[in-house]
Parts: sequence; C-alpha cells; structure tokens
Amino acid sequence: MIELFGFTTNSPASFVIEPLSHEFMRRALVVSALVGSVCGLLSCYMTLKGWALMGDAVSHSVMPGVVVAYALGLPFSLGAFVFGVGSVTLIGFIKQKSRVKEDTVIGLVFTGFFALGLVLVSKIKSNIDLMHILFGSPLGISSNDLRQTLIISVVVLIALTLFRKDLVLYCFDPTHARSIGINTGFLHYLLLSALSLTAVAGLQTVGIILVVAMLVTPGATAYLLTDRFDRMIILAVISSVISSLLGVYISFWSDIETGGAIVLVQTILFLMAFLFAPKYGILKNKSFIS
Amino acid sequence: MRKIQSSTLLNHFRIEADQLCVDYNGTVALYDASLNLDAGCICGLVGMNGAGKSTFFKALMGFVRPSRGKIRINGLSVQQAQREQAVAYVPQSEGIDCSFPVSVWDVVMMGRYGAMNLFRIPRESDRQAVIHALERVELLDLRNRPIGALSGGQRKRAFLARAIAQRASVLLLDEPFTGVDIRTEKLMADLFLQFRNEGHSILISTHDLSHVRDFCDLVVLINKTVLAYGKTSEVFTSENLTMTFGGVPPDLLSGPTSIEP
Repeated sequence: MIELFGFTTNSPASFVIEPLSHEFMRRALVVSALVGSVCGLLSCYMTLKGWALMGDAVSHSVMPGVVVAYALGLPFSLGAFVFGVGSVTLIGFIKQKSRVKEDTVIGLVFTGFFALGLVLVSKIKSNIDLMHILFGSPLGISSNDLRQTLIISVVVLIALTLFRKDLVLYCFDPTHARSIGINTGFLHYLLLSALSLTAVAGLQTVGIILVVAMLVTPGATAYLLTDRFDRMIILAVISSVISSLLGVYISFWSDIETGGAIVLVQTILFLMAFLFAPKYGILKNKSFIS
Repeated sequence: MRKIQSSTLLNHFRIEADQLCVDYNGTVALYDASLNLDAGCICGLVGMNGAGKSTFFKALMGFVRPSRGKIRINGLSVQQAQREQAVAYVPQSEGIDCSFPVSVWDVVMMGRYGAMNLFRIPRESDRQAVIHALERVELLDLRNRPIGALSGGQRKRAFLARAIAQRASVLLLDEPFTGVDIRTEKLMADLFLQFRNEGHSILISTHDLSHVRDFCDLVVLINKTVLAYGKTSEVFTSENLTMTFGGVPPDLLSGPTSIEP
C-alpha cells in the first residue's frame, strides 16, 4: 500500500486504472480533458488580450442564460451565448453612455446578471441544482449535458484553430489588422462568443465561480515558459488537460470538491513555472538571488 | 504647391484629400483639409498634439468616416485601397506590447496576411517577400528572435519590414525617429530615399522638426486643417511654423492657405 494525496491505493497504476471501471469516471475524464483543452487554448488569447476581468464577467453573466435555457428546455449553450455576448454589449453601451469607468461597469454588470441568475434559480421550478452550476460536478454530468459540452468544445476548438493567425494579429496589433482590411469586429465577437461558450463548458467541470481560473491560469503558466505563440498554445493545453485529469482523479480518491482540485493543481503548476521557468522564473533571475 | 508632373499612376494622385472634415461626436478634429500628394515623396506631417495628424492617418486607413469631403488613394476609395493593401501603418513603439510571444519573422509575415487566403497559410512567394523585407532592414539574422528581445531601433525596423512585405504604396509612420539608434536612423533615411525613388509615398508624423528638415522633401503643416503644404524649402519657414504652433485659433482661418505660386 502506498499513500498518495492523503489516501491509500495499491499502486500508482491502480490510482489511474481503477476509477476507469466506473462509467461516471470515464465520462468525467473525457469531459474534463476536452473542456481543459478548450479552456487552455482560449486562455492564451485571454491573457495576451488582457481579458481576465472580461472572462470573469462573461462567466458569471451566463448564469441566468443557463437557468432560462434549462427551464425552457433549450440547449444551455444558447442561453449562455445570448447572455454572455449580451453582458459585454451592455458593458460597452453603459461605458459609452455614462461617465462611469470601465472596470466599475464590468463589476456592476456581471454581478447584476449573476444575481438575476440566483433569483431565477430559486424562483423557477425545475430540477436545476444550484450547487451544480456554482461549483461544477463532472462526476455527475448527465448524458445531455455531456453531449452539449462535447459539441461546444469541438466547435470552439475548430474556430479558434482556424482563425488562430488572425486572432493573434488582433491581440498583438489591432491597428495593423484593421489597416489591411481584416474585420476586427468579427474577430472581437468570435473571441467573445468563444468565451461565452467556453465559460458554459467550463461550468460543467469547475463551476461558474472558478471557471475564470480555467480561462486565465493555463495561459499565464505557458506565457512564463515560452516566447512562441504556437508553443504557448501547446503548453497551455497540456497544463490545462493535466490539471483537469489530475483534479478529477484526486477528487475521486480523496473525496474532495472536483472543481477546487482542478484549479488547485493549475495554480500549483503556475507557481512552479513562476519559480522555475527557464527564462522567466524568479529563481533563474540572478539579480533576485544576489 | 507645384505639382510634380511626373505622376505615374494614370493621372491619379497618390493621396488626394478634398475638403476633408472629420468629427468625433460633434468635436471637430479636422475640417476642410485639402491635399494632393504624388507618387514618390517623403512628406512630413507637422503639428501640435491634437492638431489632427493622427486623425488624418486614421482617415487614410479607413478608421474614421469623414463627415464631409472625400479622400482617395491611388484614385480609389479608402475601402478599395485597403483591399489592395495600399496603406501600411508603422506604429510608434509605445503602442506595441513588446512581451507578446511572436518572433520577428511572425511580425513581418503579418504584412502578408491581407494577400493570403482566409486561414493565412503562407506560400513560397510570401516567404520570399518576408526574406526580402528583412534583408532590406538588415534583420534577416535576427528573424527568429522574439520581438521583445530586440532593441528599440531594431523593433522599429521590424515594423518597417512588415510594411515593405505588405508592398503598400503609402507608408504611414508615427514618430519613426524616437528612441532609435544612429545605425537605424541612417538605415531608415536611406530606405526612405529608396522607397521614394520606387514610387512609394511616405508620410511621417512627428514632433521632431530637425528630422523633417533633413529627411522630408515635402511638408504638411496641420492645425485642425491643412494650413500649408509644399516643398520643405518653401513651406518650412519660421513664419509658417509660428502659425502652426503659435496658437492661431482655427476659427480665424478661412480655410487652407496653400502656397501656390
């Protein structure tokens, strides 16, 4: 018997293999890996575009959309899309029409939407589990949710991969992009739509409250490890998928909150990069040591 | 201004602005600005902050819609010119995130995007254009460096290479001489002369009057409108500069005072 993460199992192999005999674990691992890869990919754009706060706003704002969609029997991705894009449009509108500063408007709008979601959950008679939305539960995902999450993930992965170069240019130098006739408005809404859809996919694994970690941390970790965008994507996806899978396993074996486990692993990976990254880690910085 | 009669492009001016007015939500940024520039010139745009230099650039790039008047590039509307990749913008270094994970090669390749297919898959001709552009700014050896590892002058050259790779006929440069080393400054001055001889029109927006006198063969004085434009030797007088910088209220001016002989 060996001890891992405070629990006991026969061997590292059985740590990995044994849970696979359960249908719910196989589902949880598939959905976590997929959601992890989409979030990892998107997080590169979020960190480079400086959209962390926007990610937080959109992920909270999709909440009423999800509730309404469930209540009406519509795909939850549709509700998330409408409310996610709607919240950003509203933020832009209020910012333009009032003297209130942007970060204030963002904080105001997303909490407003989130509160609306909470009220709707308590008022609409349905079988929505609030804790499910707030904290995620990949171990208890329904077939319908699984199918929708798979579709969302694949669509977002394909869109972000196909328009990778334009999106990088848009994040790096939007002025040049516009001046050569690239439709930056389209790219803005593409990224925004991807964000809304990914937020609702991430909701399945870590829940609304922690989904912003999935949208920021892998990108930030990868950013410390490389100066190449393509490598940054690969590293972000790898770190995101590893944290998601490891989080699900740890959660299974030690009976802890899955979302919390996933995000904690991600945070640990970031801290390791922060300390030990070959070029940008603080321990490699001579001036820091001496 | 004396027209240079050797206009190459089917009698079209390279840049033609006719009573151009731009306002932002009722605030006038530029009014009645008229200007004709031929192919092959190095033209300095001189004016105070907020005088409308960047608004003029934005109008040339199609970012702002004129409220009145028109602007044409190579005889085409701004949108058509944009589709033909006719205008390239070389940014001020401050406007760029230098820690962005892209290499010099990637940045210059971005100049080719407009000519590529939707998914920006480079062809051999695009690679050749990038190599050629990097050679001209003497950065080919550093092509794999991340953009953040370059000096200020090298970075400026990288963005100039992007404009070369784009094969634009109009180059807009924002403060090109700030923060560059002597080598870059010399190289850029040589390149500008070559570009002019190749028929490119280079517009330089700058505060640095000594560079205008040294490098530009034409000068445009701007204060909410085109106060005057023409050969540097004729227009770049202390009297005109006082008018440009000396706070003559725009409402006292009765339109552009072009120095026509």
